[in-house]
Amino acid sequence: MSRPLADAHIAGRRRPGRFGRQLVLQLICIAIAVTVLFPMVWILAMSLDPRNISRPDSLFPPGASLDAYARVIARPTLNPVSFARLALNSVIIALLISAASVSIGVLAAYAFSRLRFRGREILMIAILAVLMLPAVAALAPLFVMLGKFQFGTFNLRSSLFGVALAVTASQLPFAIWNIKGYLDTIPKELEEAATVDGAGRFQAFRYVILPLATPVLAVTAFFGFIAGWTEFQFSFLFLVGDTNLWTLSMALNGMVGQYAASTPWSQFAAFAILVALPVMVVYMFLQRYIVSGLAIGGVKG
Amino acid sequence: MTAAAASPGALPRRSVWQRTRDSRTAYLFLLPALLVMAIITFYPLVFQVWMSFTDYGLTNLRYNAPAPNFVGLQNYQRILDNNIVLPNFDFLRILVFNLFWALSNVAFHLVIGVVVALVLNIEGLRFKRFYRAIYILPVVIPPIIVATVWRNLFDPQYGAINQILSGVAGILFKAPPVTLDWLNQPNPIVALGPFILPLAYFALLAANVWLGWPLNSVVATGALQSIPRDLYEAAEMDGAGWLQKFRTVTLPFLRPAMLPYAIYGFIITFNLFYLSYFMSGGGPFGQTELLVTIAYRLVSEQHLYAVAAAFAIFEFFILLGITLITNRLGKATARYDA
Repeated sequence: MSRPLADAHIAGRRRPGRFGRQLVLQLICIAIAVTVLFPMVWILAMSLDPRNISRPDSLFPPGASLDAYARVIARPTLNPVSFARLALNSVIIALLISAASVSIGVLAAYAFSRLRFRGREILMIAILAVLMLPAVAALAPLFVMLGKFQFGTFNLRSSLFGVALAVTASQLPFAIWNIKGYLDTIPKELEEAATVDGAGRFQAFRYVILPLATPVLAVTAFFGFIAGWTEFQFSFLFLVGDTNLWTLSMALNGMVGQYAASTPWSQFAAFAILVALPVMVVYMFLQRYIVSGLAIGGVKG
Repeated sequence: MTAAAASPGALPRRSVWQRTRDSRTAYLFLLPALLVMAIITFYPLVFQVWMSFTDYGLTNLRYNAPAPNFVGLQNYQRILDNNIVLPNFDFLRILVFNLFWALSNVAFHLVIGVVVALVLNIEGLRFKRFYRAIYILPVVIPPIIVATVWRNLFDPQYGAINQILSGVAGILFKAPPVTLDWLNQPNPIVALGPFILPLAYFALLAANVWLGWPLNSVVATGALQSIPRDLYEAAEMDGAGWLQKFRTVTLPFLRPAMLPYAIYGFIITFNLFYLSYFMSGGGPFGQTELLVTIAYRLVSEQHLYAVAAAFAIFEFFILLGITLITNRLGKATARYDA
């Protein structure tokens, strides 16, 4: 394993006898790729299976069709709520969380990364402590507290806004830590140069740090969006009464949840793909930033 | 961190006025975050402590409802006495299972993550970038999808796992089709007193290992790439074999990068709601229930808000203990490396 590591750059890559080793390595890597991809390919095959509830038995279903997709888009749940409505509700929650956590998070992260002030340590520990707590830890008090905000017929808990607030509570500490970890890697000299040129703190933040932090902001926004897009715990608890406020995750739960007697697997598969695909497409575009953003934030944070 | 640590010595000493100005600016930046967190994070946590000493229930939710009664430590007592209507509730058993669940998962994540990173780091391996792109995919699939898809894979009738096993068993041993009820099989596979590992645990483990190793692999790859090559050459000149090189060169570089991730992974897995809730539903007989899923059921199914609050406070102290212990471990190895 290690011998070739050292002499590879001496002898060059292509040498007789390397072929067998490359073949073994490729087989190992392909085997790993197969285990990684299998559940995804399986679910894709199931979604294309025209026999809907029947047993999916091969990766290449005979007479593959998009029928299951058409069905879930036409009627995603037993209730008269459209797929578009579900998706819109999920998007609203996701955008609110994403926007709130990034805009508030970057300000706090800047203060923690660049400014020395009284109470800094304590506040950082407090935020880190919240980061450790699962979202469910504040479920009972949030349920009770948000429910108390009743304005006419509008109840904060039973609204998309209430869910977004609850999820932001758990997403914001992550945003602050992730962005701070990245800001710590931006050389201080850049701001100092700007300050020498007469820029104030806010100008340095606005014109030096913010543009440089774009990758981590994109990543944090992306994670905030995913958190909202697929949120289940709070939505299921807060929104279950009004089907017009249902989200994609709630509908998905309706298909496979414990009260679903028999799961329509093809429709479930199509639905799962419709929910996961947008996330994965965005990920493909952001991949470079996500990997480096995560690695930097994780190692330095 | 490095930039911040290096500069104070280089800067001239600042006056008191400048320092307070910095503090004021800092709090201006922090204001939105502090406001939001005060209202939706810290206040609820304090409110929760109060709730945990009351009998807050469904009747107290209504508009103009009477205030709940103060019951002291009764809720805490109920949890420790397993006096809760949830079926098969056993606090200690769930806690032990929860700890074992997180530990076993993280061990798999670490080992597989590092091994795959080592393979991907081998000089001259073709299509590295392609494999890296493929391997990271599980990370971006929403957890609720991962959980429900794996639930399907382990379905006794329609699941892929049984179908593959049936295929293998049929070809090799001419055995009848496998119809294991992975997620609901009541007979435990491993049982040590009250400590039970049902088949469902292994199904959850498989799903979470699939989900978790790629991120570890990314971090390990980053750490491996930061190792200067001449260290290996020096070790080789000293006549080190590959195992010695791994122990003396690779491991010291991997440890500081992987350790924070292991701790982070432990906490995430300890609180992993989706797999337990959606794959096994905590079953069979509550054997794969975690603290978080119990906390959720207490609110969503039982409407025992006060008990849920007390439960969350237990959970807080458990997590605090874990954090302190892991922090100790982290510091210990940090000293080792320095």
